[in-house]
This record gives sequence, structure tokens and C-alpha cells, in this order.
Amino acid sequence: MRDVAVVSYVCSTTAREAVHNETEMIVPVLHEAVEKSGIPSKEIGFVCSGSLDYLQGGPFAFVSGLDAVGAWPPVRESHVEMDAAWALYEAWVAIQTGEIDSALIYGFGKSSPGDLHEIMALQLDPYYLLPLWPSMVDMAALQASAFLAANGSTEDDLAEVAARSQRNAQQNPNAVRKGNVSAADVLKQPVTHQPLRDADIFPITDGSAAIVLAAGDLARKVSKRPAWIRGIEHRIEAHSLGVRDLTHSESTRAAGVAAGVAQGRVDVAELHAQFSHEELILAEALGLDAANTKINPSGGALAANAVMSAGLARIGEVAQRITNGDADRGVAHATSGPCLQQNMVVVLEGE
Amino acid sequence: MTDVFTAHHVIEYPGGYTRSVGPVIGRFLTGLRDAKLLAVKLADGRVLVPPTEYDPTTSAEVAADGDHWIEVGPKGTVQAFTWVAEPRAGKHGLDKPFAFALIRPDGADTALLHAVDCGSADGIRIGSRVAPRWRAERTGTITDIEAFVPLGDGEEPEPATLHVPAEDEQPVTGINVPIRLEYELTAGVATSRYLKGLGEGKIIGGRAPSSDDVYAASRGTDPKSGEPTSIEVEVQDTGVITTFCVVNVPGLSDLAPEIPYVSAQILLDGANNCFFGLIRGISVDDVHMGQRVKAKWADELLPDHTSIQWFEPTGDPDADYELYKDYL
Repeated sequence: MRDVAVVSYVCSTTAREAVHNETEMIVPVLHEAVEKSGIPSKEIGFVCSGSLDYLQGGPFAFVSGLDAVGAWPPVRESHVEMDAAWALYEAWVAIQTGEIDSALIYGFGKSSPGDLHEIMALQLDPYYLLPLWPSMVDMAALQASAFLAANGSTEDDLAEVAARSQRNAQQNPNAVRKGNVSAADVLKQPVTHQPLRDADIFPITDGSAAIVLAAGDLARKVSKRPAWIRGIEHRIEAHSLGVRDLTHSESTRAAGVAAGVAQGRVDVAELHAQFSHEELILAEALGLDAANTKINPSGGALAANAVMSAGLARIGEVAQRITNGDADRGVAHATSGPCLQQNMVVVLEGE
Repeated sequence: MTDVFTAHHVIEYPGGYTRSVGPVIGRFLTGLRDAKLLAVKLADGRVLVPPTEYDPTTSAEVAADGDHWIEVGPKGTVQAFTWVAEPRAGKHGLDKPFAFALIRPDGADTALLHAVDCGSADGIRIGSRVAPRWRAERTGTITDIEAFVPLGDGEEPEPATLHVPAEDEQPVTGINVPIRLEYELTAGVATSRYLKGLGEGKIIGGRAPSSDDVYAASRGTDPKSGEPTSIEVEVQDTGVITTFCVVNVPGLSDLAPEIPYVSAQILLDGANNCFFGLIRGISVDDVHMGQRVKAKWADELLPDHTSIQWFEPTGDPDADYELYKDYL
């Protein structure tokens, strides 16, 4: 295996980007990420992005993202219709081939132009589920209902997660929901999607994130402290909720074991929990506890969840804390599909 | 800053999105048409509902025929639920608040997701007993069950209306799902400048400070470098046909003229990219590469593409191939 590190991370999110189109929105993020990497843009070996055409309501909408990359002379490029964490995985594999030494990965999307909760129903089984139009939040609430009944956790525990996210997010300039709130404040909110309250559900977010990966000596040359990817794995389980144990995330657990989460101290973890119960399920699956690990110090996806880049941002948030020297070893998680169907776990370390 | 244009945008599949379902799902849906919940017994003895073409644990094939097909329910037990306070018009089958629930039919080891019409959020809990309320007219879709309804102690479900098959009735092989999504899209700064220009009878482009290349109808960047096209440049409404096609397919768009017509790429004077336009005012047989054309503006100018109706020949001599060969 080649050593590969995150050498640059930039993120920009807001509740509603009503002025710039998607191409205009990602230009500053991409340019800053490349500049911070110290690698000239035309020397970056591969470009890979993640986005979702249904967010813009047009086929091949992702192609316009290339206008922000500057694809001339022609670049080596790929795209996933998934969170850009999976684009990073593809780029990591491409670097492993030895053909290239660096890659630019970006994810982008606006959730505000359409009805995101409804749009995400289009990722569901089209025969048994889509005709019923369960929204993304309805699906998550079913999981929360099953989780609370089986686990012994209560709505108080969910509120603790939601409140901590908002408090942590006060330090995060990209957070769209933040505040010095307590669990008691959260519990005063009405339940909107039993058993979930507004604060348990990610806020609608527009934005993008970008990461530059570099291998071995190149990473050491351009970064004072590269955040090395020591393990990266993603696993998926069955789509149908009715055949899964919704109260545990077996795919996260398996990915965490394969990525080597337990092989060292975990200083920081950024978990792509879009709903507060998901953080509890994920922390359990990865064997993390708040006494030893700072969980979602950025506020996580409950503070800002730009669809298609929020998973990539989890990797970036951990990498940034390692590069800054705030942490030596951390775990990032990204998810895709309804109710944590597919999960990626990345272990990052400083030297 | 230029005012930014927005547009209401709808994507919809006229008549619904039609899919083939295959023999396994087809058999389950055919069962629904007969008001029966069909399930399959997997190799490990677990009973899977709704059936899939593969075992969700081992991925072994599940055959569409055989005695592993059994009937389950229709009564079942709620495993998890949430309350939908605001039903979505045109999407949800009920027009009053309802619950979504995972329901395990009696005799099955897995749950299916469906609506439960239980009056209020207090009318359902984990462990509630429910049964389907079948639609009278059933076509072989998951929505043949209008919703599940709570059952009291010892209460038996309402029987379904009998499905009387037509003489030539076949098993269900497909479904049709209406899909409609609505958006409020933002054109962005560069596109808004361009659209505003159209409303004033001008074609606005832009260029990046680092380059001399001008892009008509820029989306905001120089696509070669990725640099923002921060400098606004007006280009001419005259240009050269670089390449074109004669369209003989009717009905491609509500705005399309009668066939045959010509769609062309036009290198506008002052621009370094091609601009799409229709060519009219000339027989389709006389359209050719290198031909000089000029925009025909509409009488009423609006900030959209209706302002340029089409392009028509100017009658000037053809452009030299060298001028446009890099734009093909």
C-alpha cells in the first residue's frame, strides 16, 4: 500500500445560496483547496467529484462542475453520484495504482432549491417503497423509533446529542445551525417526526467541500503535517429496512474493524450523523465513547449537511485537526442510502 | 451586482415512470391484486416479505416458482413507526395525517413499510396489531393496500373486495409511478447578466482576467482554466455556422418549429465558444458550414431565450475554414 495523505481541505456551506449557481459556488472552494495544497493545479493527477443531479433537477448537471475545475488540457476525471467521500475512495484507489501521486476531490450540492426530503425518496426501491413516498426524515424517524425501543435510550439522549452539536458548532464558521443550547432547550421543541424534533434533524444546507490527496514524499513536501490515511473501508447492507436490524449499524462496525479503528487511541471522530440517533448508533458501532474521543467537534452534519459533500467534509474536519496538531489520530465516517445503509470509515494519523 | 434571475422548474415524467418488475416482484404484486400478501421462505427458513430476487443475506437466487412461496398475514405487528403530520399532496395515498410503520405480517420474519391510518399519533405504538385496508380497484402495486388499519383485541380485518379477473388477465409485469419534483432554481450571476442582456437585445459574454478568450452565455467560469469570467464582454449577434444538423424528428420540444429544421453551432463574432441557434430564412438544403448568419430578434424582448427567434443568413461571403476549425 502507498501512503496517502490529506494535504488540503476547504469547505463552504450556508443555509441558502440564492445568488450563485453551482459552478460559481464551487469555484472559490476548489481554487482555495488547490492553492492550500501547494501542488500546481495542472500537476494534480486526477479529479473526482460527488454530486446528485436530482438536486438541480437536470440530467448530467454534474458536468457543469468541471467548468470550475478548468478541464483543458483534458484532465483525468471521474464522478460518483454519491457523497464525495466515495469520490475520495476512488481517488485513493487510483493513487494506489501508482499511476498518479495526487488527486483533487470535491463534492457539491444545493438542498434549498427543491424539497430535499422528498427528492431523497428517489434513491429508494422503486417497487415497494417509492410509490409510498416516505421522505428521508420519515425513514430516519422509523429507525429512531426502533432504536429507542430496543436500546433503552430516550429522547433525552437524542437531545444531548443535538445540543452538543450546536454548542460545538459555535466554533465552526461553516455551521448553519449553532448556539449555546442545552438538552433541556431542545426538549422544549415540539416533536415533528416522532420521536424526532427539529434539532434532531440536519438543517437544509447548500455548499461544497474539497480535499487534495497526495502520496508519500509529495505529501511530506507540500504539508508540514500530512494527515495520513491509515485505513479506509466501506461496507453496505440490505436496502430494505424490514430485513435489517435498524438498531445497530453492522456495516459501520465491519468497516471500522477493517479500517483498524480499534488499533489505537481515537482523539477525534467526525461522524456523518444526519439525525441525532444516528450518532449514537455510529459511536456504538465504532466503539467510541465521549470520555476518550471528541465526537463531532465541528458540530457534525447536524450543524451543516451539504448533501454530497458532508461525508467528505467529515474526512476533512478530522484531517484538519491532525494537520493543526490538535489531534494525532482520528476517525471519519460518511454514509449513503436510507437509514445508514452504506458506511465508510477512514482512520487518519499524523506522524 | 446584477439582479439574479430565478426560475420555477418542474421535472415530471408524463404519464408516470414505467418499470418492468420481473417475475419475483411481479408475483408479489399479482398477489396484492388478489388481496394476498405473498412471501418466500429462504434457505435458512426465514420468511421474507416483500420478496426480492435474491436472499438479502446470502444473495442466493430466489426463484419465481416453487413451494417456497407462501401466504403471510394479512394481520401484522408494528415494529417501528413515525407520525406524518402533513401528508404530501399527489404523493401520499392518504389526505389526512397518518403513520408510516414497519409492519411484520404474521408468519413472516421481516417487515414491510407502509402507511397506517390510525387517526392520531396516539393510535399506534410498537406492538400494535394492524391489517391491510385493500382498495376495491386493485392493479398490482404496493398502493393496492390503501393503508394498514389498527385491529382491536380479537377483531378480524375487513375482507377485501373480490378481484374478478378479466378473461385474458396476465400476471403483473410492470408498474407506473408518477414522479413530479419542483424547484426554485437560481441562474447565478453570470447567467443572469447574459439573460438580462437578451432582454436588451444584446448577447453578453465574459472572460477571465488571465485570458483573452470570451465566452458567450458564460456560466461563470473560463472552462479551460476554471477562472471566474469576471469581465463582462458584449459579443456580436452575427457569426459563422461551424457545424449543424437537420432535424427530421418531430415533437422534440414545444418550442421546436415544424420539421425539417436546422440546429446549428454558431461562432459569434467576438466570442471564443459556440452558441446554439436555429437556422431559418433559408432552405435546409442550403445551410452549410462557414455560412455567415445574424440573429433574428423577437419583437418583444424578454430576459430569456425567446428573444432570439433564430439565425438567418446575412448573404455575406462564407468565412474561411481557418477561422472556425478550432471550434469543431
